[in-house]
Amino acid sequence: MSSTTQDLNTLMTNSSPSAPSLARASAPDVMHRLRKRANDAAKTIITPLLTLALLIGLWELLCAKPDASLPPPSQVVTETWELIVHPFYDNGGLDRGLFWHLLASLKRVALGYLIAVVVGVATGVLIGRSVWAMRALDPLFQVLRTIPPLAWLPLSLAAFRDGQPAAIFVIFITSVWPIVINTAVGIRNIPQDYQNVARVLQLNGFEYFPQIMLPAAAPYIFTGMRIGIGLSWLAIVAAEMLIGGVGIGFFIWDAWNSSRISDIILALVYVGVVGFLLDRAIALFARLAARS
Amino acid sequence: MSTKYLSIEYVSKSFTRGDTTTQVLSDISLAVHKGEYISIIGHSGCGKSTLLNIIAGLTPATSGGVLLDNREVREPGPDRGVVFQNHSLLPWLTVYQNVRLAVDKVFARTKSRAERHEWTLHNLKLVHMEHALERRPGEISGGMKQRVGIARALAMSPKVLLLDEPFGALDALTRAHLQDQVMEIHATLGNTILMITHDVEEAVLLSDRIVMMTNGPSARIGSILDVGLPRPRNRLELLADPTYTQCRAAALDFLHRKHQYVEAA
Repeated sequence: MSSTTQDLNTLMTNSSPSAPSLARASAPDVMHRLRKRANDAAKTIITPLLTLALLIGLWELLCAKPDASLPPPSQVVTETWELIVHPFYDNGGLDRGLFWHLLASLKRVALGYLIAVVVGVATGVLIGRSVWAMRALDPLFQVLRTIPPLAWLPLSLAAFRDGQPAAIFVIFITSVWPIVINTAVGIRNIPQDYQNVARVLQLNGFEYFPQIMLPAAAPYIFTGMRIGIGLSWLAIVAAEMLIGGVGIGFFIWDAWNSSRISDIILALVYVGVVGFLLDRAIALFARLAARS
Repeated sequence: MSTKYLSIEYVSKSFTRGDTTTQVLSDISLAVHKGEYISIIGHSGCGKSTLLNIIAGLTPATSGGVLLDNREVREPGPDRGVVFQNHSLLPWLTVYQNVRLAVDKVFARTKSRAERHEWTLHNLKLVHMEHALERRPGEISGGMKQRVGIARALAMSPKVLLLDEPFGALDALTRAHLQDQVMEIHATLGNTILMITHDVEEAVLLSDRIVMMTNGPSARIGSILDVGLPRPRNRLELLADPTYTQCRAAALDFLHRKHQYVEAA
């Protein structure tokens, strides 16, 4: 055996670790992985938390004087403590905990948004597929979608004569536009490759729509839906300020009329958090649907 | 004497846009026998893909027609299975589901559900992809995707298999591997195959005849080379075979001397 072959043989045997040494390496290996994961989590959570703490501290300093127009965070917490710890109270009528107000607003959003998704996707598919429908409807949509949601409210109230359906209509008319437009773009952008596959397989319309068209356009449709949910939440808070009844928008307006600024600030925090969760919910739904 | 199985008769294709008309193909006629393996080679832009699309029915011919088994074909259909250059697998379906989609559509009435399942597995086994049934196209390599594309086309039991530069996007080693698999399939099934390729070696290795097209515009069939190599063919043995060398030389001569590539006219 030449020396080179001997060297190669030594190389070969040294490169494969024996089983016992692997087992011994696993305990510190697990610790290392846990430490790394904790490190990553810390980086993602602690940085924004620190920034938040800094900003709250800044706010506290700026509003510390007694003649400040806005209350500092310490005062907000003391004044709204009852509201924070008792979100579920119900004294009848409009005097309820924040949970009930948020729930009422969410119910209106759910209904208006659902109608917007159904009508929006259907209309989007129509103008995406049919050039004539696009020519007929698109200019109209481009004009209508620039009308701010609150501007629809008086007309909506006049038509429905009741605050509830009027608010739901405002949600619908706000969130339908991104859904229509994004769906149409998705339908129009189905890659030629998939269309060729469908043609070779001779898929008819009833097969093409669920098997190729919808899945291909799904990412666009979900983008439209995510934009739509955000706009819905914006619209409902504004609409409720004008319509009244149980709802977070009403709560804010009522707090303003009673000069309870701290209540307003608390409500804003809750509105922001719920809006964020709604967006995450749609994103999660999109991910699950894509996986199925 | 074998009958004309696939007959391309005086096919011409022009594209018109506004005032300008470009003639891409001019009077292409070709007779393909059943079980033959034909390669079409030519420079870029000579209309090879257009010709394949016309045979597949994806593009209409401006004049002339295509007859398959004595019937004219104008629309796409599963009797001419296409393997696209970009595999064209549906990314939201698994490997199994992609092939099953074709099987369910073509054999909805003629096979039972169990039979269709078996047939799907059979075709995936032909391309050695039975281990990756539940994977999505995004999770497998380019070579694997192309194999699934071939399985899908085969699963339609097409009369003619049309391959549009099927291995163009793959590296040389994967290409060689897939060429061997296509040869194996051709030997097993005896199907009629038309393949577009840029690779002269590939064309000589795989085909019975090589159709060499002139440059565009108004491309015609320049000449047809008969590859008289016996099957089964082994690429390593062929390297020393004089017939192989001659065919290769003839094809290269056509491409690089007689009809040199010219930038768009």
